Amino acid sequence: MSVISQSDFQRKRARRKWMGRAFYGLCLLSVAIALGMLAVLLVYLFIQGITGISWSFLTSFASRHPDQAGIKAAILGSIYVVMVAGVTSFVLGVATALYLEEYAARSKFARIAKINIANLAGVPSIVYGILGLQIFVHSMHLGKSVLAGGFTLGLLVLPIVIVASGEAVRAVPPSLREAAYGLGATRWQVIWHMVIPQAFPGILTGVILAVSRAIGETAPLIAMGALTFVPFTPDSPLSRFTVLPIQIFNWTSRPQEGFQEAAAAGIIVLLVILLVMNAGAVILRNKFQNKSGG
Amino acid sequence: MGLVIACGAGTTDIDGSSTVFPITEAMVEDWGESIGGSARLVIGVSGTGGGFKKFCAGDIDINNASRPIKASEEQKCAEAGIEFIELPVAIDGLTIGVNPDNDFAQCITVDELHTMWSPESEGEIKHWNQIRPEWPDQKLQLYGPGVDSGTFDYFTETINGEAQASRGDFTSSERDNVLVRGISGDRGSLGYFGYSYFVENRDILKMVAIDSGVGCIFPTDETINNGSYSPLSRPLFIYVSKESWVKQDVKDFVGYYVSYERAELLRDLGFVAFPESVHALITDRFERGLTGSIFGGENPQHGTVEEILFENQ
Repeated sequence: MSVISQSDFQRKRARRKWMGRAFYGLCLLSVAIALGMLAVLLVYLFIQGITGISWSFLTSFASRHPDQAGIKAAILGSIYVVMVAGVTSFVLGVATALYLEEYAARSKFARIAKINIANLAGVPSIVYGILGLQIFVHSMHLGKSVLAGGFTLGLLVLPIVIVASGEAVRAVPPSLREAAYGLGATRWQVIWHMVIPQAFPGILTGVILAVSRAIGETAPLIAMGALTFVPFTPDSPLSRFTVLPIQIFNWTSRPQEGFQEAAAAGIIVLLVILLVMNAGAVILRNKFQNKSGG
Repeated sequence: MGLVIACGAGTTDIDGSSTVFPITEAMVEDWGESIGGSARLVIGVSGTGGGFKKFCAGDIDINNASRPIKASEEQKCAEAGIEFIELPVAIDGLTIGVNPDNDFAQCITVDELHTMWSPESEGEIKHWNQIRPEWPDQKLQLYGPGVDSGTFDYFTETINGEAQASRGDFTSSERDNVLVRGISGDRGSLGYFGYSYFVENRDILKMVAIDSGVGCIFPTDETINNGSYSPLSRPLFIYVSKESWVKQDVKDFVGYYVSYERAELLRDLGFVAFPESVHALITDRFERGLTGSIFGGENPQHGTVEEILFENQ
């Protein structure tokens, strides 16, 4: 065993330090690229679209005149559809996660089901649109309605909710369950009073992610039959509808310059809605977290 | 639930071609305003073929079509027991324009247009004498509408055989003014636009006749209407389901749509309206509810739109 010479040591140490700095620089560069792209996109949208946002833009229907065109039908359509999707995926997703994690945790069936659910999350979204068209629009006779659109998007984001809820349920310490059982609680009482409140913040995070994805989806809704031009707001669950991404897509594909501005303004509104929804959910989550912690 | 069903049923569903979409959209908007803003008509854009699929499944009331119905589609409709009323609504016409000082290009064949605009000609065809040897060795400057426009789709489909297939090295602008100024300031230029746009700028542009094998034909109201200016003009249609025809909303809306009073609106949108007599025939055809296809289907008839309509009334 030889002792490393002083000069060798210093050279190697300098190299190690250099490597460390280089890696740090690489990471920083990646962050800068990601944030830079986002900043460019936002600044570009802001410059192009901010002048297009006005009260009349928010409260007018689509029009062939760019200066009169608005997103009233699209905003309300998006909100209603996403609400239906959120409720559907929340109810089905949480129940599925509880079954897989609490009732059938160690069964072979649960293992196979979990693998398949993870795979479902990777199915192209348009496939859900075709599914929605067959099941909800035709077989269930819901038509090209808010309900059919909401259910379609609900199915699309269901895997996200199941996976997130499953993880939240699994993260509840077994000691809590055992203590409850030890006091004579039934399985139903343990799940209802211990597991769900403890896992709720995690479940909510999953639902936020899911709904954020749903609000930006276009392809499955187009496949399902959502429309491009709707001159009224949805007034019942079976009403026809359009959503913001479809309206924006329609405007970007038009030749007149005014519609490009309207599209940028529409994107800003979509981002703001997304931000408000996320912020609301984060506040809710923190509230539940504090409650269960204290 | 009663309310829910009632609301869903009162809507008129329109779908189909993206070329016809701007016309139908404008009609829905204007008709809605004329009746006080309570129109319950919705429009989707699935393309002519996609629209016919829904139409013949009984999903929609009206299909926007940039071509007549095909025999296979007509058969599907017949199998499902869907009867329809076929109505021409406007003409989509394109014009080739050159610089007013250009004294050699009077008439151009469809093949020459293909040589000029095909994707393979990109970077290769740069001078007029490459198109026709007797034309001068002048630099060729091409101008065309933006790739998102229906005009671009129609031109590429007709001349290059596939929608959106075009050389990329031409000056492309969504603003027609840019095209007109470019062409009028450049001796070796050539471009294409909607016919109605050309008419507004005929003093600073020169139009070129098209030879599709039967001699040179200039686009005029007459040659476009009688179909002899081919293949750069085509009638556009709407197909109304006979079952929907009885609905008052549909009757009022389509009546408004096909009236000659909308000629001005059609011109504003860049399309060509039929002569008043043809609009009268179309209105009559709709009011009487005459079903079946006379422009497409199993045995399409030949002649001008007016002749075909007249003989089948």
